[in-house]
Amino acid sequence: MALLDIDNLHAKIDGEHGKEILKGLSLKVNPGEVHAIMGPNGSGKSTLSYILAGKEDYEVTDGTVTLDGEDLLEMEIDERAAKGVFLAFQYPVEVPGVATMTFLRASLNAQRKKRGEAEVSTPDFLRLVKDKAAHLGINQDMLRRGVNVGFSGGEKKRAEILQMAILEPKLCVLDETDSGLDIDALKVVSEGVNALRSPDRAMIVITHYQRLLNHIVPDFVHVMNKGRIVRSGGKELALELEANGYAEYQQDAA
Amino acid sequence: MNADIRPIRTQAEQAILASLATVPEGGDRLADLRRAAARSFEENGLPHRRVEEWKYTDLRSLMREAVPVAGAAAVAEADARACLLRGVEARRIVIANGAVVPELSDLADLEEGLSLTTFAAAMAAGDEVLSRIGGIVPSRYDASLALNTALARDGVVITVTPGAAIARPVHVAHVFAGGTAAAMYDRSLVVVGAGASFTYAESFEGADGLAYQANSATEFVVGDGAHLDVVRLQEEGASAFHLSTLLFDVGRDSKVHAFTFGLGAAVARTTLYATLSGEDSHVGFNGATLLKGRQHADSTLFLDHQVPGCESRELFKTVLDDSARGVFQGKIVVRQAAQKTDGRMMSRALVLGDEAEMDNKPELEIFADDVQCGHGATCGAIDDDLLFYLRARGIPKKEAQSLLVQAFVGEAVETVEHDGLREALVERAEAWLAARA
Amino acid sequence: MPAVQETVDQVRSLDVDQYKYGFFTEIETEKAPKGLSEDTVRFISAKKNEPEWMLEWRLEAFRRWLTMREPDWARVSYPPIDYQDLYYYSAPKRPSELSIDDIDPEILATYEKLGIPLRERDALLGIASGGTKVAVDAVFDSVSVATTFKEELSKAGVIFMPISEAVREYPELVKKYLGSVVPVTDNYFATLNSAVFSDGSFVYVPKGVRCPMELSTYFRINERNTGQFERTLIIADEGAYVSYLEGCTAPMRDENQLHAAVVELVALDDAEIKYSTVQNWYPGDKDGKGGIFNFVTKRGDCRGDRSKISWTQVETGSAITWKYPSCILRGDNSQGEFYSIAISNGRQQVDSGTKMIHLGKNTSSRIISKGIAAGYSDNTYRGLVTAHRKATGARNFTNCDSLLIGDKCGAHTVPYIESKNSSAQFEHEATTSKISDDQLFYCRQRGLDPEEATALIVNGFVKDVLQQLPMEFAVEAQKLIAVSLEGSVG
Repeated sequence: MALLDIDNLHAKIDGEHGKEILKGLSLKVNPGEVHAIMGPNGSGKSTLSYILAGKEDYEVTDGTVTLDGEDLLEMEIDERAAKGVFLAFQYPVEVPGVATMTFLRASLNAQRKKRGEAEVSTPDFLRLVKDKAAHLGINQDMLRRGVNVGFSGGEKKRAEILQMAILEPKLCVLDETDSGLDIDALKVVSEGVNALRSPDRAMIVITHYQRLLNHIVPDFVHVMNKGRIVRSGGKELALELEANGYAEYQQDAA
Repeated sequence: MNADIRPIRTQAEQAILASLATVPEGGDRLADLRRAAARSFEENGLPHRRVEEWKYTDLRSLMREAVPVAGAAAVAEADARACLLRGVEARRIVIANGAVVPELSDLADLEEGLSLTTFAAAMAAGDEVLSRIGGIVPSRYDASLALNTALARDGVVITVTPGAAIARPVHVAHVFAGGTAAAMYDRSLVVVGAGASFTYAESFEGADGLAYQANSATEFVVGDGAHLDVVRLQEEGASAFHLSTLLFDVGRDSKVHAFTFGLGAAVARTTLYATLSGEDSHVGFNGATLLKGRQHADSTLFLDHQVPGCESRELFKTVLDDSARGVFQGKIVVRQAAQKTDGRMMSRALVLGDEAEMDNKPELEIFADDVQCGHGATCGAIDDDLLFYLRARGIPKKEAQSLLVQAFVGEAVETVEHDGLREALVERAEAWLAARA
Repeated sequence: MPAVQETVDQVRSLDVDQYKYGFFTEIETEKAPKGLSEDTVRFISAKKNEPEWMLEWRLEAFRRWLTMREPDWARVSYPPIDYQDLYYYSAPKRPSELSIDDIDPEILATYEKLGIPLRERDALLGIASGGTKVAVDAVFDSVSVATTFKEELSKAGVIFMPISEAVREYPELVKKYLGSVVPVTDNYFATLNSAVFSDGSFVYVPKGVRCPMELSTYFRINERNTGQFERTLIIADEGAYVSYLEGCTAPMRDENQLHAAVVELVALDDAEIKYSTVQNWYPGDKDGKGGIFNFVTKRGDCRGDRSKISWTQVETGSAITWKYPSCILRGDNSQGEFYSIAISNGRQQVDSGTKMIHLGKNTSSRIISKGIAAGYSDNTYRGLVTAHRKATGARNFTNCDSLLIGDKCGAHTVPYIESKNSSAQFEHEATTSKISDDQLFYCRQRGLDPEEATALIVNGFVKDVLQQLPMEFAVEAQKLIAVSLEGSVG
């Protein structure tokens, strides 16, 4: 059974005159696989990530999404998180006054509790964070500061990967994680992501550019346009897109 | 509330009550409004410092003199007095001693879509448009507006038909042209139709030596999608008493900007009321007040967000020299239905005089949760570091101060969209600074 | 960090109407006859064995009070209070002045339920496990029942005792300072308090002494229909320092109970007083039935040069809160601070803020206020900052933020900023907003449920103020915040 099974998903922006954004999207992701989703701006890539996470600004009008065979769309946002869905945000949100450490611990224990697991002890937690943070070049000062408050673009993205490493999700959705990163930061972030690749964890890497895929090498590449996957292939598809651009798909779909 | 401890009526109150005796009996709505206003004055009198809205402008103690209602002005005298904004290309109407002076007013050759008449003529004709008068009712008794409602006999009535774009501003010049101190009242109504655009300018002036009392009120009814700019310049005589009220009923998707510039009068109070009754409108109220000597000026704002999605922005600057006293009160109310309101208010005061005083009372009263509202208030002397920097470059102290004051006031004045009016205001600010140096 | 989790657990374990401190203790009491007259005042004074001058002081206040009107300018509404339908004095029957062992075991048990150890050895156990040492004065209805660590304090020269004792033992100090910050005629509730106050704490820290431990008073209203009118007087002599904590709880009752306290602080040259409050009086039930009417006058006088007074308050309880802890910055270079968290839920009404009155030269003040309104409550910040003619170089910074949770509540900000000195520099900023949907989504994506996410974000919102509290209080306050907001997330 696929870890994630999206079948004929239709979704629109919530509200009376909400625009339809996803128009029959299907995708199967198995444990251990890394799928890249590429496509032009406005093709619905970020919407897909928000719908998987359960953002309330969208309404699913048709289709199904299951995680491990369970209906994902029926679950609350935090329930999905506890089931292992992690979204690395394109624009991580600032939460002033709440130290990153506090936030990480509250998140981890909330998830563990929902899964009926014991909470992590303070020393264990501190050790865990220290170890993972060091690999991502995140210092103590950043951990003491409010979540994402005063972080540079690169710091925010590294902090997202740190959260991912600590929460150990089953399904990682990386939304434009490369945006706003210089080449050095891109390397650090990619190494962080690659370290988390494992046979029982799947990833969906959403990106506009092929550049990220040199560092995080995908098993599958999908091209998305106008709310649908219009072509799928191996990693070589990304290179083809890099060379030719999205123009042909946009015309195809038109 | 405190009927049992109401003090004895002051001389000024008695004089006003005497003039209220002339409020006519009659059957129409306007007459009813007048009588209700007169009654509310009889009950409440002039407000004092224990009346919250007048806490810093105690009319009962400030308005000592009782003056009679002004008689008609001589045309030549009115013409000689009306100097402000003369250089601005605009349709000019002169109101002297509370009445429109037809000889000095440009009432003919109206642009298509513009109708303009006098309040007195509209009343005589029983004009339907006057039913818009009294559309906005302040939540608390406002003595200044009540007296105006009871006693004003003339003013202008302007209607801009839907969709009309009137490029040329209408400038209403208010003057006091009497030989002895007197009281004058005028009331105007401006109705801007849906999708129309219009610029309305007002100026106020009079002789320096006379303790005359001016009371002016203008109501603006702004239709859906309309665009209204209001610019007013108050340079009453140095001994004058100036009370004015601006009321705005703001429709959907409309844009209203008002700029009030206050330089004159011994005591001035300007109250702005805005009711945001149509969604997604934008209101911008800005102002600058430059005071010296023992002048007292009060700008008070009430913004009532009744519907969702509106934006309001206020920026008021006050410069205080000598022992002047400035007051800013601003209240943003957001009703429960007015979700997604975005309201920001800022009052900044620059204190030049050692004896000057500034009182700030910005208020938020919020009943809807999905809002972004804020206010700020600052008060202080000129930044010494800035002053030092300019002087280190060789600019003499007074001049450096002038530059900094100009920059300070400039931020607010720049919000005036109409080039001619903006330039005229800048020039008045420069004249004020030059007189100081 | 653990507090967040604890907070969350606590929220879960409670039903909407549960107020942890809502129990009532069955003990024998002695009361003054119901109602207020000169006889009541004489009764209270006699009970306290007061000297004649104290009785006269009270009577003068009482006569003055008869001529005054209840203030109505605050944004609170409540049914008229029948001042003749209250008991003005209620005391546990067993004498309490001898030693802690003489205290009625029921009262001891009550304080233990509240988490306040009155036995020094219990308190010391707390220290062994990492807490700091806190001396406690516990006030139960109208009287002080225990003051701990008296001996250790007296070695340092610090006087910490019930004010009723101080009137007898240190009449000169009391005469000199009582009513010198909040005059007898100050306001309706303060005047009432002056006439009928029954107990409270008295602190005197002598010249140059840094009080060796935190001082604390815990107030508890127990009896039915009983008003509580405590009076606190703290004097820090030249160069002295003291940190004082105050906590309050009351049983759940259907009727409203009146609490009208007065707190006076005096800081002489170079002295510093830090006063922290966690106010958790019973707020009434979800329909607004019952709850404490809390009308409190708190004022500090920075009488000496370079003195400093700092107020920190966490206000989560009471049906009505009417409270403006203020600083009179009289001494040159003196400083005043006000840090406040005011949370209202259910039908609570809060009208609270501060006054910073700049009189001396180069005085400075700082106001940080965080208001959170939920449910059907109204939460008003009302503040005054004023610089008088001679207050050259006065400085104030004010930051007032309000957070709304739900669309049935109201948050209001009413600052008065008055400058009569050209060299004064005042800066005020205020915002009102709700918890952003983006923040909630982000937190929930990481696994927090809506209540956990709200509690976390709110704790972040009030962090600047929490940081001002002594450690133990901060933890308690953090828990209280979550409990107070419980049921507010739909």
